[in-house]
Amino acid sequence: MSMQSQDIIRRSATSSLTPPPQARDHKLEVAKLIDVSICIGCKGCQVACSEWNDIRDEVGHNHGVYDNPVDLTAKSWTVMRFAEHQDEGGPLQWLIRKDGCMHCSDPGCLKACPSPGAILQYANGVVDFQSEQCIGCGYCVAGCPFNVPRINKEDNKAYKCSLCSDRLAVGQEPSCVKTCPTGAIQFGTKEDMKLVAAGRIKDLQARGFKNAGLYDPEGVGGTHVMYVLHHADRPELYSNLPKDPQISATVSLWKGMLKPLATLGLAAAGLFGFLHYTTVGPNRADEEEEHEEKETEEVSK
Amino acid sequence: MKEKLIQRYSAAERINHWVVACFYPAFFWLTGIFGTPQLARIVHPFIGVVMFLGFARQFFRYYHHNFITDEDKKWMKAVGEVMKGNEVGDIGRYNGGQKGMFWLMVACTSLLLVTGVIAWRPYFAELFPIPLIRFALLVHASAALALIAGIVVHVYAAIWVKGTIRAMAEGVVTHAWAKKHHPKWYREMTGKES
Repeated sequence: MSMQSQDIIRRSATSSLTPPPQARDHKLEVAKLIDVSICIGCKGCQVACSEWNDIRDEVGHNHGVYDNPVDLTAKSWTVMRFAEHQDEGGPLQWLIRKDGCMHCSDPGCLKACPSPGAILQYANGVVDFQSEQCIGCGYCVAGCPFNVPRINKEDNKAYKCSLCSDRLAVGQEPSCVKTCPTGAIQFGTKEDMKLVAAGRIKDLQARGFKNAGLYDPEGVGGTHVMYVLHHADRPELYSNLPKDPQISATVSLWKGMLKPLATLGLAAAGLFGFLHYTTVGPNRADEEEEHEEKETEEVSK
Repeated sequence: MKEKLIQRYSAAERINHWVVACFYPAFFWLTGIFGTPQLARIVHPFIGVVMFLGFARQFFRYYHHNFITDEDKKWMKAVGEVMKGNEVGDIGRYNGGQKGMFWLMVACTSLLLVTGVIAWRPYFAELFPIPLIRFALLVHASAALALIAGIVVHVYAAIWVKGTIRAMAEGVVTHAWAKKHHPKWYREMTGKES
């Protein structure tokens, strides 16, 4: 799957001077569209994900809420998050969001990753972890603006949704899309999904959700998992979906500035040393003077 | 005629120095020496802790030699002259550059320890909020850079000033070396006028 897909547009911890194989990068960008307004919270997508990807999370405990499991884990790549919301004087609303990797166009995980090729981005927009290259440092966890990757303590590797890249490679939709009984999850080219979303948003607005809109945040260059939200002006209502997610300034400073600066600085220091030694020459103490002195004792400190 | 030598570092001090030197955690391309990058990542923090402990021992050995004096400030201001090979000031056991380096190492190793623990998976990182881990990683990388840059200077200075490496290998320096580079220390050690 990894290198032979030959449509890799970004590869972690490598220079763009030595690009990954991308001869087949003509593919269209894809997107998964999650229409929160039609989701019934059945968790069919969670089951399908676990089944297709062959992951079996530990059976957990009831935390007094519908969220189960209560958070993403290395073996639960998608979870439904249930939030109750009531506007003043309005009806109670149950806002259910299927959480998981957003497949950012500008992925923070990939930017932070120090292991060459452990995180790839394909031409279709999918951000995929290559587990055999993963070293378990958890920098992707720090890099992600959505708090998605999880480290598995059994093997010290990071895991997250792959957007079923193996299914996409053979022309199938992700397993959660395939299983969703209400059609709340759709899959296609990003352009098509935007059109579908526009139709849904129009419908929602006609039904009184005047702030209905598409969640495709600019700050990370857009995402390849998008939401139709009834309250697009307040994404944080949906279990803290970030309003303006961006790669953290600390991460940008670290990988965007410090790293190239360090490389240059240390190379310059090496060059300076070489030139200094070859021009000024070594600094020797004049051993001749010693002959004046008679004693030969070693003086200890 | 037997060479006239001054003991500058004891065997324990030398071993301590090389322990710290060898346990400096490596770059990615050096991860191969630990077998795999995966193993290197696991070993890195443990090695870092050994380096910190080794340096902590050095700190208690040397801090009292490293208080910066007016003579050292004079040396620092005239560092350009020093680079040309001309000695500046009445230098004791350490010159201004060496003292500055000592405190840089103290700052960097302390920062590296604290930030390294915050980012240490799978043991400690999950106890800290993600924004703090991000900040810790930035500080860790910056401190590592400052430390590496400092070590490059440290190693080059040892190569440039002939007779210096012997102090860390055999523990001794010649009288001439001491008289030229550390005249005040030379007088203290030998009781002679330089």
